Amino acid sequence: MKLTEEENAMLAGKLGEPLRWAIDHQIKVGTAFDAEDMVPVSQSHMMVDPESVGEPGVLFLEQLAANGAHVQIPMITDPRGVDLDYYHPLGQTEEMANLDRRTIAACEQMGILMTNTCINYQTIMSPAIGDNVAFGDTGVVIYSNSVCGARSNFEGGPSALAAGLTGRTPRYGLHLDKHRLATRRFSVEESPQHLTDWGVLGATIGKMAGSYWEVPVIEGINEAPTSDQLKHMGAAMASFGSTPLFHIVGVTPEAHSLASVGGDALAIEKITAQDLQTTLAAYGSTGDPVDVVVFAAPQLSLIEMSELAALCVGKKFSVPLLVCTSPQVYPDAQRMKLVNAIEDAGGKVLQGTCFYNQYAREIGEANGWTHLLSNSAKIVNILGGYGYQPALASMERCIDSAVAGVIV
Amino acid sequence: MTTFKCHVGIGPTVSGVALVARDNFSARYDLDRINGVFSRPQHALHGQSYKDKILVLNTAKGGVASAWMLHEMKSRGITPKAILFNQANTILMQGAALADLSMCDQFIDGDITTLIKNGQLLEVNPAAGIVTILE
Repeated sequence: MKLTEEENAMLAGKLGEPLRWAIDHQIKVGTAFDAEDMVPVSQSHMMVDPESVGEPGVLFLEQLAANGAHVQIPMITDPRGVDLDYYHPLGQTEEMANLDRRTIAACEQMGILMTNTCINYQTIMSPAIGDNVAFGDTGVVIYSNSVCGARSNFEGGPSALAAGLTGRTPRYGLHLDKHRLATRRFSVEESPQHLTDWGVLGATIGKMAGSYWEVPVIEGINEAPTSDQLKHMGAAMASFGSTPLFHIVGVTPEAHSLASVGGDALAIEKITAQDLQTTLAAYGSTGDPVDVVVFAAPQLSLIEMSELAALCVGKKFSVPLLVCTSPQVYPDAQRMKLVNAIEDAGGKVLQGTCFYNQYAREIGEANGWTHLLSNSAKIVNILGGYGYQPALASMERCIDSAVAGVIV
Repeated sequence: MTTFKCHVGIGPTVSGVALVARDNFSARYDLDRINGVFSRPQHALHGQSYKDKILVLNTAKGGVASAWMLHEMKSRGITPKAILFNQANTILMQGAALADLSMCDQFIDGDITTLIKNGQLLEVNPAAGIVTILE
């Protein structure tokens, strides 16, 4: 890779051990993906939940902080693994909470802003078109690339941290024009309606595309979707397909036309109602038992919180119901009495976490939760590997099922 | 000896026994990392131990967590010796870089999940971009 004078100084250790580690890590990754040089980035976003990081990762962070590591650009964080105001009731241990506390302390020492959110594009600072960023959380990356027109690869925690420290990232993948052109062309018969339908469409396309290096372009969506709809579609597509970018003709900023993303030369693959039904059918059916209902992945926006709260009025849940939102949305939702409405019905709103990275296996075992119901296509995809039998239904059906204790 | 050429990868030269499937991989979605087995019921390697194996799989899938998880797995010594993909994604390569785990992809000879058989003894040399079937 071509390195600048400053990057060579970093690599030689002249600017301290943290920057030597960071640039060395970036060169290894960049070399594996044929990056020619580094590109400056304006923001970094790190997934650093304690279940993934573990004790060794926390020690690594603490060591970097002790060696004087400090971020050079605004750097923010993905949801945490523990809501420090509510973890004993979930069956989370003091050990888990302490790991989270140590992670927070190390990150804060490095100047990282503990935003603890996977909807930063709705709540913190949405990246602008053409903006090179280093974002973690696949849902954040696919939304930022596709809807905002920003440029980011999936940056895992270590790489997002390296980018925060050096202020740059290797120029490969989605930072390059050639990897942003469509490689698969999908046509839908009609626009999805509720959020779960958007998630199912994203899941279906993700499964069909099936690789980080495929870029779907979608035709047939004739009305501009909302941010929440695109959020659910993108998060599911990224989860099922490892897909980092999609285009919707006439909607997303790089797809003014099919031809502008190179889609006109591709064969059309139709997504039928049967395809969507096949995706949905893998996740539960009416009459199945429900142990817990979860709204998360991605964290709920204020609009989703208001929709959910309205559905909760006058209801009494017979099973636990958990809602994960961001620390930015939570105080507004509290002030507007949306949290009250959900909790009066027997639910619990958590802030700054997301269910699947809250030691999902351990809290499932602690509470005897196997049959989990959610309106998020992303979360039902993830939780199969954590010992759950996840089911998928609309927000409205999830609420009614939480009352009945079975899927209605 | 049969050799396969791939893209320059990450990590040291290692040898071990191949565990092969035409399936994809995520440390978060697919593994019981405490016990070192594939735990996702739908995965082609469900129930099988990956400890000290050389995994040979199609591509990476899912989220960013694998980047930290490979490091955490390596520290406990319950990890594959190497992972070979037809095509890696960014997360797995980043995780390999932090964990110093051997990883290669982009084999010029074709689909690596069909070229290598379960149980074959392999040597993986990421710096040279060469995988050798030892026996």
